[in-house]
Amino acid sequence: MAVLGLSRRQRHLAWQALLYVVLSAASLVVLLPYIWMVSTSLKPSAEVFTSVPHFIPQSPRWQNYLDVLRTYQVGQWLINSFIVSSIEAAGVVSTSILAGYAFGRLRFWGRDAIFFMYLGAMMVPIQVTLIPSFLIVGWLGWIDTYEGLVVPRIVAFFGVFLMRQFFLNFPSELEDAAFIDGSSRWRALWQIVLPLSMPAVAALSIFSFTAAWNDFLWPLVVVNSEEMKTVQLGLSSMKGELSDWSLIMAGATLSALPLLLLYLVLQQYFVRGVVMSGLKG
Amino acid sequence: MAVGQREVPRAAVVTRRGSSGLLAYVRTEQARYGYFFILPTLLYFCVFVAFPLVFAFYLSFHNWNPLSDQRTFVGLDNYAELLRSESFIGSVTNTIVFTVGVIGLTVVFSLLLASTLNQGLRGTGLFRGIFYSPVVTSFVATGLVWLWLLDPGYGVVNYLLGLLGLPRPGWASDPAWAMPTVILTFAWREVGYFTIVYLAGLQGIPESLKEAARIDGANFWQVFWRITFPLLMPTTLFVMVLGLIRATQISFGLIYVMTGGGPVGATDVIVLHLYQQAFEFFRMGYASAVAYVLFVVVFAATLIQFRVLGRRTEF
Repeated sequence: MAVLGLSRRQRHLAWQALLYVVLSAASLVVLLPYIWMVSTSLKPSAEVFTSVPHFIPQSPRWQNYLDVLRTYQVGQWLINSFIVSSIEAAGVVSTSILAGYAFGRLRFWGRDAIFFMYLGAMMVPIQVTLIPSFLIVGWLGWIDTYEGLVVPRIVAFFGVFLMRQFFLNFPSELEDAAFIDGSSRWRALWQIVLPLSMPAVAALSIFSFTAAWNDFLWPLVVVNSEEMKTVQLGLSSMKGELSDWSLIMAGATLSALPLLLLYLVLQQYFVRGVVMSGLKG
Repeated sequence: MAVGQREVPRAAVVTRRGSSGLLAYVRTEQARYGYFFILPTLLYFCVFVAFPLVFAFYLSFHNWNPLSDQRTFVGLDNYAELLRSESFIGSVTNTIVFTVGVIGLTVVFSLLLASTLNQGLRGTGLFRGIFYSPVVTSFVATGLVWLWLLDPGYGVVNYLLGLLGLPRPGWASDPAWAMPTVILTFAWREVGYFTIVYLAGLQGIPESLKEAARIDGANFWQVFWRITFPLLMPTTLFVMVLGLIRATQISFGLIYVMTGGGPVGATDVIVLHLYQQAFEFFRMGYASAVAYVLFVVVFAATLIQFRVLGRRTEF
């Protein structure tokens, strides 16, 4: 069994080494931009534009973060993003639970036709409904308000679909037992079904919070003032005004940090969302 | 008893209803909650999906600047104009190049990384965690960081290329390189997402099938091309359909931030074209026509993918 004069075991080790090289190279390509982002954010301007870039700032300047918070309303932008994303996620999750439960476990006239319409809604590009949605928000007087940012994003048909798939596979015996004990459907949903659905609910919460936090097109259309900007919108406007990369990178770091920290702690729920969304349907 | 006798047939009906009476009760109970539970989403559907769909279609036959509030019916003029417009045709071409480039890179690299992760090595979880992390970062931040990495004068990438004695492109500021720049950056973020999708697909393939092929003497590549890849077809179909939708629709933020469609329209994709027409030139009618063309094109492309790839998933 000698190929190239190597024993079977040596070939196995060489193969494993090759796999690790592929994985490490890919990791480097993924991580390098983050490292460069943080590194630039800590550089004094003199160090940013040098012919030989340094990965570690020679005299780290934490002041950059204070500067970016003072010069721009980054603090306000982060608060706006936090408010908008939290309400949006709460809205998406609660409406998805209710509708998902109805489609997955209840029988009523027109159910399948309505569900089919929701599936169709998932296929409509955001761009098609963008202009009329903008007009509706204008008619309601919600331009440049939290309502305008949140309400047109308060339902996600993808979430309805996800929860329906989950409730379809939910064992009905537990619920039936509760009904026999005289529990109402509302109570059964809250006290029996929901506590056991936490993995799906957590994945959907994180998925919708992330989507809202990173959304750009809708805030761009609805927001006019500095005070109402979300962090993504504010960040993009920084680039047009200056080419001071250390401040832009400090802003980018501040905008990405909350989700990266959340990801570090709750990684499994982020990934579960992908797997559920991708392969259960 | 006369009354009772008259009651007999009715009682029979009642009993028959009685057994189905519970059923009827359950039905109305379910229907009541069912409609109640779908009410919020149904309301949203009517206001933010159904009405906009109809209204955008209506608008696409009009010339309308919301600032002047003059709405004139122009028939098919908007559609005729965009089919003649060089900048629209250019944005369609750019969208096709962008989409094909992104999907090509994504499929190759996410399949490679997922297959590597699926070998059961130690530390797989850590690598998987690293690969997925770009998905958590916004397109705006991603675009800005890569713009800086690819800065023609002071960027790290050109510094490294210079060390290797390779040419240093102007990346986002060079009309010839702007498209590869946005494709690479978008794909960088997409690969993480689709690696996880492919990994889930790979884990669904029974090891026994591959083992059987190996016992029959198949080597690594034969196992991959004859067993793994064909069995992954449903996953690949999913990756391509979703990849198409993402590349055509949600790439907006990244391209807007990196190039704004430039230089000289080199990265002007349909969604950017639409945004400019609607919110910079206030041509709501024309932009609605663009939106509907985008809708039809993406829908048709998705159907084609299902026809071509979907057929190959059945054996």
